[in-house]
Amino acid sequence: MTTTSTTPSSPVPGLVHGVYAEGEPIRDTKAPAGPIDRRWNTRKFEASLVNPANRRKLSVIIVGTGLAGGAAAATLGEAGYQVKSFCYQDSPRRAHSIAAQGGINAAKNYKEDGDSVYRLFYDTVKGGDYRSRESNVYRLAEVSTNIIDQCVAQGVPFAREYGGLLDNRSFGGVQVSRTFYARGQTGQQLLIGAYQALERQVAAGTVEMFSRHEMLEVVVVDGQARGIIARDLVTGEIETHLADAVVLASGGYGNVFYLSTNAMGSNVTATWRAHRKGAHFANPCYTQIHPTCIPVAGEHQSKLTLMSESLRNDGRIWVPKNAADCEKDPRQIPEEDRDYYLERIYPSFGNLVPRDIASRQAKNVCDEGRGVGPKVGDFRRGVYLDFTDALKRMSAEAVAEKYGNLLDMYQRITGENPYEVPMRIYPAVHYTMGGLWVDYDLQSSIPGLFVTGEANFSDHGANRLGASALMQGLADGYFVLPHTIRDYLAKGPFPKLEESHEAVVEARASVDARVAKFLSINGDRSVDSFHKELGNIMWEFCGMERSEEGLLKAIDLIRGLRDEFWRNVKVLGSADTLNQSLEKAGRVADFLELGELMCIDALHRRESCGGHFRAESQTEDGEALRHDDEYAYVAAWEWGGQDGAPVLHKEDLVYEFVEMKQRSYK
Amino acid sequence: MNLTLKIWRQSGPKAKGEMVTYPVTDISEDMSFLEMLDVLNEQLNARGEEPIAFDSDCREGICGMCGLMISGKAHGPEVTTTCQLHMRSFSDGDEITIEPWRADAFPVIKDLVVDRGSFDRIIQAGGFISANTGSAPEAHSVPVPKPKADRAFMAAACIGCGACVAACPNASGMLFMGAKITHLGELPQGQPERDARVVNMVTQHDHEGFGGCTNIGECSSACPKEIPLDVINQLNKDLRGALMRGE
Ligand SMILES: Cc1cc2nc3c(=O)[nH]c(=O)nc-3n(C[C@H](O)[C@H](O)[C@H](O)COP(=O)(O)OP(=O)(O)OC[C@H]3O[C@@H](n4cnc5c(N)ncnc54)[C@H](O)[C@@H]3O)c2cc1C
Ligand code: SF4
Ligand code: FES
Repeated sequence: MTTTSTTPSSPVPGLVHGVYAEGEPIRDTKAPAGPIDRRWNTRKFEASLVNPANRRKLSVIIVGTGLAGGAAAATLGEAGYQVKSFCYQDSPRRAHSIAAQGGINAAKNYKEDGDSVYRLFYDTVKGGDYRSRESNVYRLAEVSTNIIDQCVAQGVPFAREYGGLLDNRSFGGVQVSRTFYARGQTGQQLLIGAYQALERQVAAGTVEMFSRHEMLEVVVVDGQARGIIARDLVTGEIETHLADAVVLASGGYGNVFYLSTNAMGSNVTATWRAHRKGAHFANPCYTQIHPTCIPVAGEHQSKLTLMSESLRNDGRIWVPKNAADCEKDPRQIPEEDRDYYLERIYPSFGNLVPRDIASRQAKNVCDEGRGVGPKVGDFRRGVYLDFTDALKRMSAEAVAEKYGNLLDMYQRITGENPYEVPMRIYPAVHYTMGGLWVDYDLQSSIPGLFVTGEANFSDHGANRLGASALMQGLADGYFVLPHTIRDYLAKGPFPKLEESHEAVVEARASVDARVAKFLSINGDRSVDSFHKELGNIMWEFCGMERSEEGLLKAIDLIRGLRDEFWRNVKVLGSADTLNQSLEKAGRVADFLELGELMCIDALHRRESCGGHFRAESQTEDGEALRHDDEYAYVAAWEWGGQDGAPVLHKEDLVYEFVEMKQRSYK
Repeated sequence: MNLTLKIWRQSGPKAKGEMVTYPVTDISEDMSFLEMLDVLNEQLNARGEEPIAFDSDCREGICGMCGLMISGKAHGPEVTTTCQLHMRSFSDGDEITIEPWRADAFPVIKDLVVDRGSFDRIIQAGGFISANTGSAPEAHSVPVPKPKADRAFMAAACIGCGACVAACPNASGMLFMGAKITHLGELPQGQPERDARVVNMVTQHDHEGFGGCTNIGECSSACPKEIPLDVINQLNKDLRGALMRGE
């Protein structure tokens, strides 16, 4: 273990860096051994069965109606379990999965270009920079083909060729065409498929739907997850829902950065509350930053918009060589004064380097003062993505045919015409690979609490490949969870639980107290102002590049901000109506705790890995340097209590099939 | 730019609402319409007045959560969603009225927020293809002619925002429903349930209190996804066929 003397301003003696403790190692006990291509079948066979007549006596709560939750709710409803499904939006169809644009991977090998389950597995392990589990990733690749069959049967209108068969494209720099898509709306079409399957079960009476409900606590009785406490966002009523098992499919936590490509309401509350009740949080610092987003326009910015990275196939990225040119009209800057920095630094990959490299280099040139566009704070945060050459090479019609909808979107948001003026782009937080720790069964460290989709940590290691989050969400929801959860449910129905049980009463009382607390502080600052300030700290110190000094500083800043939040936040209105400030207050309070854990995780991981660049761990020419000897493990954090320190449990990663290599794009 | 906003305030589902005037200053043309409301809400909060409730989530024009009547037009003056509308579509000195969707089937919850649960219930009535998980045949076993696939996709682009209902003088949900009927009806997988689907969805639609269609076409002009009117013809054709076949 690496220890140094540096600590935050108020270190606790006996802790590493003064901030965390180290506990016992942990292990995934559920993945079978043996040949990798037989493990999932073995597990399915070994998992106990539940007699159809018993299923309706077993109840499951599913929080989240995105691909991961919606697919699971529909499937478990079809199987005959009693399902309760929750989402905070007004309809399950609006979960954030809807926003995914690019596509979904599957090893169908329809193009006969050498793809296979093994190759998808291999690419995903490598893309994750050797920080994911081989067994999980193999299973993901294996069930990927069933997903496409299922979606087509539901009527998902994937793009097709003239012969009537499904079309594929290559995505995110991989060499085979395995990405299925529905124009720029893949997420929407997949989600509508899952949503319709879910509504069918609502009509059939197997699923009860609770939209505009927010889960605020998990109920744990005798060490088992037995329910949730939720707030009806319309009436404000605090409700208790009890069941035999609970599934969290609540999505990612990128909004801890305030600005991200996530939806406004995306939050960490469901998983964070479970963490505080005993579920380990794995690799919280693993964040993916996407290079091609529309830059911040001003202080008013509320979210960031992603533009498909396919734009990098034909667009060229540059900034002025001289800072003095940054305010000029880019069309007036002559060729010799432009720095096509990706082409310069990475001559063989050029503009197509992986997401993390493209993002970090954009930050570097802007930090040097060569960014373009409006100043936000002290710097201009933007680089040019220039289609001038493509327009000359391909004609405006051909460019419009290929990228028209993206270029229109850019114009709508910025008011600039990309056919005439180079676009401006800047990286933005896009996806969180970290999440609640789960075993091969997708069960967290609380028995009976399962976690699926972006909310868990399981399949993407330190970096996610394009088009594989949709694949994971649907794999978990349709094909994995329904098998693994039955092994747990087969032990039920569990003893009937009364709402008067002390653990239930305690969970509910804690939610009531928290709501009352927010409304009683009556300070000077809005919830948003705290959220923005937290976002700035996270972006500055726990974003694309991290250093020990910066992270320690961030921990101090976050602690100060959290302290102020609980003294000085101002939440108006009452608890018994729709109250959006109150909703936000709960989410930001949890982000303020998560942010600190992310910094602690980043601090302990003294290596550059995946999308995460650590200043102290780089090669001589400034590239990321991994340390497999020290860090080839999952960092699973145990909640250390309100005034205690988090405890690190390491799960060693063993590679039996794929050989670990350093990435090189030079 | 400086603007005068007249905004519908209603404290709860049963409360009586009213229009309230709010001047706003220093609005940048790069702001989205909802960011402009965020700015106003921050000011209200600072003054101790409760912020205005309005819905949004993705702010990318895809989830269908946002939706305001802006000076009498659903989603405002451009063909886009409220969240994708930017302030450069307005001029200094403009007076803008902002109201919730108005329809019996979309009751107001608070301020600008309405309940669109009726749309979900229409889908429950038949807006799906019954295909249990794991029962699907190999995806390539049923080719779909490209024109049909493209038309299904065009109709499937509906985001369920409800602008069509808000724009329609009869508050009809026919464009929304026609889009689903067309999406599923164009595909081979959608055929077995085609008759039952249209009958059950239409029955639910009427039961929810949506009005009938009198071919005015406001719905399609307001639709941010440009769903064409002919999906309603498709719906009517399917309905007649189904009734004739005795569904
Ligand atoms: C702009 C964008 C583009 C993307 N493009 C792609 C792509 O092309 N390909 C790809 O593979 N991936 C893509 N991704 C990533 C992918 O979309 C997501 O990772 C994935 O959809 C997450 O699905 P999910 O089901 O885990 O969660 P989500 O879809 O985020 O769903 C979360 C659900 O949980 C509910 N919820 C959350 N908290 C609570 C609570 N406390 N109480 C009650 N309910 C709660 C929400 O209401 C929602 O229903 C993209 C992501 C973004 C942001
Ligand atoms: S048809 Fe258009 S206006 Fe109506 S709900 Fe669908 S997207 Fe919205
Ligand atoms: S907020 Fe999602 S469409 Fe407007």
